[in-house]
Amino acid sequence: MTDNPTNTAEEIDGPRRDFLLISTSALGAAGVAVAAWPFIHSINPAADVLALASTEVDLSAIEEGQSVTVMWRGKPVFIRHRSAAEIAEAESVDTSDLKDPESDADRVQKAQWLVTVGVCTHLGCIPSGQSVGDNRGEFGGWYCPCHGSHYDTSGRIRKGPAPFNLPVPPYAFTEDTMIVIG
Amino acid sequence: MSAPSNKKFENRLVQWIDDRLPIFSYADANVIAYPTPKNLNYWWNYGSLAGIILVIMLVTGIFLAMNYQPHADVAFASVERIVRDVNYGWLLRYLHMNGASMFFIVVYIHMFRGLYYGSYKAPREILWMVGVTIYLAMMATAFMGYVLPWGQMSFWGATVITNLFSAFPLVGDYIVTWIWGGFSVDVPTINRFFVWHYLLPFILIGLVIVHLWALHVHKSNNPLGIDIKSPQDMMPFHPFYTIKDLYGLGLFMIFFMYFVFFAPNFFGEPDNYIPANPMVTPPHIVPEWYFLPFYAILRAVPDKLGGVLLMFAGVFVLYVLPWLDTSKVRSATFRPIFKQMYWIFFLDCIFLGYIGFNSPDEQLLGMKMLYWGRIATAYYFFHFLVLLPLIGKLETPKPLPSSIYEEVAKKCRAKED
Repeated sequence: MTDNPTNTAEEIDGPRRDFLLISTSALGAAGVAVAAWPFIHSINPAADVLALASTEVDLSAIEEGQSVTVMWRGKPVFIRHRSAAEIAEAESVDTSDLKDPESDADRVQKAQWLVTVGVCTHLGCIPSGQSVGDNRGEFGGWYCPCHGSHYDTSGRIRKGPAPFNLPVPPYAFTEDTMIVIG
Repeated sequence: MSAPSNKKFENRLVQWIDDRLPIFSYADANVIAYPTPKNLNYWWNYGSLAGIILVIMLVTGIFLAMNYQPHADVAFASVERIVRDVNYGWLLRYLHMNGASMFFIVVYIHMFRGLYYGSYKAPREILWMVGVTIYLAMMATAFMGYVLPWGQMSFWGATVITNLFSAFPLVGDYIVTWIWGGFSVDVPTINRFFVWHYLLPFILIGLVIVHLWALHVHKSNNPLGIDIKSPQDMMPFHPFYTIKDLYGLGLFMIFFMYFVFFAPNFFGEPDNYIPANPMVTPPHIVPEWYFLPFYAILRAVPDKLGGVLLMFAGVFVLYVLPWLDTSKVRSATFRPIFKQMYWIFFLDCIFLGYIGFNSPDEQLLGMKMLYWGRIATAYYFFHFLVLLPLIGKLETPKPLPSSIYEEVAKKCRAKED
């Protein structure tokens, strides 16, 4: 400062201080962001939860016309052994009439076995129709008691507020009557 | 915490908010322009460090609680699950576990700083007493946190510490049963300890606010221990002490992270990785390192109730410290006798910790640890109850500098020469 008395301390220190402040703040913000990730990620599904993410089901005991509900990732999965009439009805629908157009063939691997996630795509209730005598709605599939969504024998939305068909979970036949979901 | 300044802000939105809710002038008065003595050394870093560790403990604790299950049957397994299966759970747990030790390291340094520079003296007695209360709340929180993993040390630590209350005549056993919620440390105990362990840190935050409130009335003490007399003695907290605190934080985090990443179980006991077994007590049971000096005091007394009372007295004596030390001079720099006694007291505390760590029947220089423990315990109280009142009366302090400003200027000139 003594070398050039016309420069004030402000003029000399200003840019230096700005640089220090901005670089310190930037590094600090980056550090906090990086440190935040372990915290955020810690409440994602843990390794043991992910390890339980697949379910094996033996289909041999399910008679034609019968449905079973199995648990997969904490959610119900509907497995229906469809009758020839139900299959025929599902296949006969003109997909262009559907809210969420999908052909029945795209939704099954073997026509007699329909596997869908049993959660209404409207707001997450469990549709009725798994047991004999349940209300199966106007299309013989499932009926959601919460807001009146009707699903057909392919699990497709036909009437009511739900926007999508009941989703088909990933599954594979390991044997003729054995599937692994997930 | 001082009255809000009448600061005007250039940004009109900031000014608009500040006119209605003066958070900006409040922040300005307490952390930006906040006047701080010019001569604080690095021993003054530990207050802000303690605050930062409290935040780290809260955040890690909240996220741990999202995966922890406070039930005797599954608590141990849920902690192991956190470490093995939960994403970054090992990091959260080790930050929290080692954070507790770091918290005590920092707070002990902070307390010994106060003892050395006489920060507990008028007009900062209440500031000091709130600090002692924070320390007590910390100890309770740490103890209950240590119980939660439900290992052998957790269980037997909980059993022994809660049994301390059985020493009280007549009501002792009822108190212990009441604390347990049963006839041993069991399902109800771990559940309520979890609740307290979660609640106490928020009470701790309240106490810290009161601590800072009291601090900001008379401002920080300083290494010279003399009063702030003019604005020249002070400088704004920001940027001078924000930078100094950040620098110290950086160094401290290196120390902290060394343990988290390279020696996460350094402060722990291997026995705590054995699930709690109410039928078998581990052969060598010791408390966490930060309780060891008090543990030594407890064992020094041959009488159950006497030991418990003396141990509590070891902490409670700190509440009356401002009145035990009769010297008007704060800083040990100007108290030649006190300064020596301070360091002997410091070593006595370390020695008590060493005794607490070892079995009382072990030999040290031809004498049982138990007897060493009695000597060290006696000295601990001798320092507070006899030495401090006497030294204040008998010692001739060195002449005090007239002002912080002059002393700082003198040092600067010496550096320039």
